[in-house]
Amino acid sequence: MTTPEIPQRSWSQRWHVKGVGWTALLVALLVGSSKMTGVDVGMFFSNFDQFTNLLVRMSQPAWSYVPIIIQPLYETIQMAILGTTIGTVFAVPFAVLAASNLVHNQWLRGIIRLILDLVRTLPDLLLAAIFVAIFGIGSTAGVITLAIFSFGMISKLFYEVIETIDMGPLEAMESVGASKVTIIWYAVLPQIMNQFVSYFLYTLEINVRASTVLGYLGAGGIGVFLQRSLSEFDYNKTAVIILAMLVVVMVIDGVSNHLRRVLL
Amino acid sequence: MDQQPIISFKNVNKIYNNGTVGLKDINFDIPRGEFLVVVGLSGAGKSTLLRTINRMHEISSGEITIEDEPISSYKGQSLRLLRRKIGMIFQDFNLIKRSTVQRNVLSGRVSYYPTWKSVLNLFSAADKDRAIRALERVNLTEKLYTRADELSGGQQQRVAIARTLMQDPKVILADEPVASLDPLTTQTVMDILKRLNQEDGITVIVNLHSVALARQYADRIVGLRAGAVVYDKEIADVTEADLTKIYQTA
Ligand SMILES: Nc1ncnc2c1ncn2[C@@H]1O[C@H](COP(=O)(O)OP(=O)(O)OP(=O)(O)O)[C@@H](O)[C@H]1O
Ligand SMILES: [Mg+2]
Repeated sequence: MTTPEIPQRSWSQRWHVKGVGWTALLVALLVGSSKMTGVDVGMFFSNFDQFTNLLVRMSQPAWSYVPIIIQPLYETIQMAILGTTIGTVFAVPFAVLAASNLVHNQWLRGIIRLILDLVRTLPDLLLAAIFVAIFGIGSTAGVITLAIFSFGMISKLFYEVIETIDMGPLEAMESVGASKVTIIWYAVLPQIMNQFVSYFLYTLEINVRASTVLGYLGAGGIGVFLQRSLSEFDYNKTAVIILAMLVVVMVIDGVSNHLRRVLL
Repeated sequence: MDQQPIISFKNVNKIYNNGTVGLKDINFDIPRGEFLVVVGLSGAGKSTLLRTINRMHEISSGEITIEDEPISSYKGQSLRLLRRKIGMIFQDFNLIKRSTVQRNVLSGRVSYYPTWKSVLNLFSAADKDRAIRALERVNLTEKLYTRADELSGGQQQRVAIARTLMQDPKVILADEPVASLDPLTTQTVMDILKRLNQEDGITVIVNLHSVALARQYADRIVGLRAGAVVYDKEIADVTEADLTKIYQTA
């Protein structure tokens, strides 16, 4: 009797060298980075009373402030929607070109991904500072910053979704004699639509929050008011702004949940 | 039956990039209107053979001609036109699950439209009507607006056949179309293919695992082993012993 040919697991496979190695590296990085950056977890607890102090001062929201912030809040939401939409429009073709199951040309894919990596590397605060310098103080700078930020984020989220789809329908459409664009429209889009919508809304939510921070740099919206209330130690107004933002984020979340159920 | 072959393989070889031999020196003709069944063990090269016919797989050497035209030079639009006249049915149906039956069936027609019209759903009234008639032929008109993933496997395969009919194909390739269906549904699907073959004169090439089915439906059986044709007989000449031999490991 001959012994059946069982493939031998290599030494590294048998001792799970990869898994162990990665875990060790991760732990080392974690410990190392907290040492190097001087993060003191203890400080978080010892200075906790200052935090509670702040909370107490924010506990009586100045409701009279509400009518004043409606307009800038509206502007913030507009900026976020506009920025996210513009970013998404540009992100879709890039996501398609970056997906390894749709584009087999490694060079093209590599270049597209490099561009996307570059865009994601740029900090949004830097972008805002640049665009405020170019377009002056106002919402134009904010919208463009958010558009670029959304573009980088959405294109990555989208191409990762595209890479998980079932390739069967694409094969069928190919065999029917459909063109590339038609294949994507008929066989790819229906499979990813609801995830696209929920990622779009998630980015919108992030952008609503981000645009408040951008307001600090003069990029329009409610951020200007947030900064003013904080610098004047008017924490009761700060509380109103935060609550208003909470409502906006909750509404977006609700819309997202609803749409996902409908589109499923 | 026309004497002119619709498809012809001449010294066709296919070696996959990793060195696996897919097809080895394939030589045979398929007459117009034939119902050909390809049998063979798993890995024998049945799917490979089928997919070279509509250029879903490229061959390494030799030549395949369809209606006397060598197909290897087709590119872009001409390749799409070649595929338009060759329908393909898959083991797991490959429908767009979240779309309606109607949209799935109409998607078989897109090669008759410029891309922008397909994308904007601008199908002519005649083609919408054609979709209903295609569904009539597979007995599923009442499912027109049902989502594909709400159908049973057998129903999905019938929708896939209706989609193929929208191409107005001269050839239908079916790669184990009944492998994931129960015996009763299997008969229904095979009967439909046989009817398209007899009533519409469509040349049908089916890969099957079941010898019994092959004998029931085929005009001719081709056996593959390790990428080579080891058997090729008209159904009248096929004996039980022959088929057992194909399925013996050698
Ligand atoms: N993409 C590929 N790359 C490399 N080798 C492949 C590829 N596809 C198939 N093969 C190999 O080619 C041979 C023939 O495969 P094929 O899928 O045509 O067999 P089959 O007869 O259809 O089998 P089954 O009945 O299991 O579907 C097999 O040895 C398979 O491993
Ligand atoms: Mg196969």
